[in-house]
Amino acid sequence: MTPEEIAQRIVSGELPAAARLMRAIDDVQPEAVDALKLLFPHTGRARVIGITGSPGVGKSTLTDAVVTRLRKKKLTVGVVAVDPTSPFSGGAILGDRIRMQRHANDDDVFIRSLATRGHFGGLTCSTRGVVAVMDAMGKDVILVETVGVGQDEVDIARMADTTIIVTVPGMGDDVQAIKAGILEVGDIFVVNKMDRDGAGITAGHLKAMLSLTFHPHGTECDQVAQPWYPPVVSCCSLDGRGMDELLQAMDDHYEALTVDGGKLLTKRRIERAEKEILDLFQLRINQMFFARLGNGGRIEAVAKDVASMRIDPYTACEELMKSAKII
Amino acid sequence: MEKQVSPKRIKVLLSKSRMDVHDRGVRYLARCMLESGMEVILSRHGLIDEVANAALQEDVDVIGISFSVGGHVAASERLRKLMQEKGIGDKLVIVGGIIPDDDIPALKKLDIDGIFGAGSSAAEAIEFINARVNA
Repeated sequence: MTPEEIAQRIVSGELPAAARLMRAIDDVQPEAVDALKLLFPHTGRARVIGITGSPGVGKSTLTDAVVTRLRKKKLTVGVVAVDPTSPFSGGAILGDRIRMQRHANDDDVFIRSLATRGHFGGLTCSTRGVVAVMDAMGKDVILVETVGVGQDEVDIARMADTTIIVTVPGMGDDVQAIKAGILEVGDIFVVNKMDRDGAGITAGHLKAMLSLTFHPHGTECDQVAQPWYPPVVSCCSLDGRGMDELLQAMDDHYEALTVDGGKLLTKRRIERAEKEILDLFQLRINQMFFARLGNGGRIEAVAKDVASMRIDPYTACEELMKSAKII
Repeated sequence: MEKQVSPKRIKVLLSKSRMDVHDRGVRYLARCMLESGMEVILSRHGLIDEVANAALQEDVDVIGISFSVGGHVAASERLRKLMQEKGIGDKLVIVGGIIPDDDIPALKKLDIDGIFGAGSSAAEAIEFINARVNA
């Protein structure tokens, strides 16, 4: 099938074509890029919402509950759910879908599981491409659920219009809450499992942290008024408490992005595009490096030299780059 | 930096009815597949229709269904029919769990590619998939 045919089929709603292109993107097949180029004019319409947080905080169950609410509003939904790849075998068990089975027979919900395949940062190399395909399929909202992350995996914020950080009671004290990293990129904070002890304290810590960073008229340090003050929403995905507030917060944030001619949204999308170009650049350089070097055998030999102290790793790197004609 | 190996992976959807709690076997198989480098989407289903939809959306190479309480012939028949309708008839289908010998001819007639009943090993199923996918 030509890239033109693939793009045409996806835009006209053929699900197998979309699913197969996602696979080609995930498997880094060069022909996928041609189809993505053609799909690009059909993208940019969907709202992309990121859902991130530590393992076990309930991201998948929360995603499922959000999908249910969005479907009640008659919005079509795409879900990208990321789980980790084994660093030893390269295999993976993807279990996010199991929490979303009630949407399995809904033709307006398209769920795709992805494995990290060695990528750090909470997402996969293919996530952006898969989101683009869902966008071109005409999905109104695309939810991207990251792999369970720690403190520093902020890729999602560079890809989503709205980033939701999910936490639960008992994860750490108020100093955890003011550290750099993931808490800085949240547009909405969710304290999930609010039926558990300490939910109020956790929400209080988050609110206190936010009051140090955000201020309607700017902080002492920057004096710049913030266009958006991240809310803290307490939820229970299982019984549905707090879900209305979360959906309202998502709408409010979208409003803040699009108000005033969409200044904030434009700013974010420029940042996103910049990151995307840089990522693609790195990927191509990487591919070029390995193609010229011939499959990593050389690296192993040089690694032995470094381990046995015959050569330092900085010189080793420079020599490899020289032999790949990069410097 | 990751060493460059083939970026392709074999993708398998493993599912079992939600009405059937005997899932130790399918979990063990999933773990063995992970260790052999496959990507396994682990799922539970109400109707077999959900499996066909999931296989479509995930674009897996193989669908594996575990049956421990019967119904495998009827479910396999419907699965194969739905796969044809959805344009994903090319995917491999394997079944396992408790499959009486008497039912094997009926399953074979329904184009079920691999049958791994009681006494089969995870290695057999993995070998079968490795031989049939990307061959």
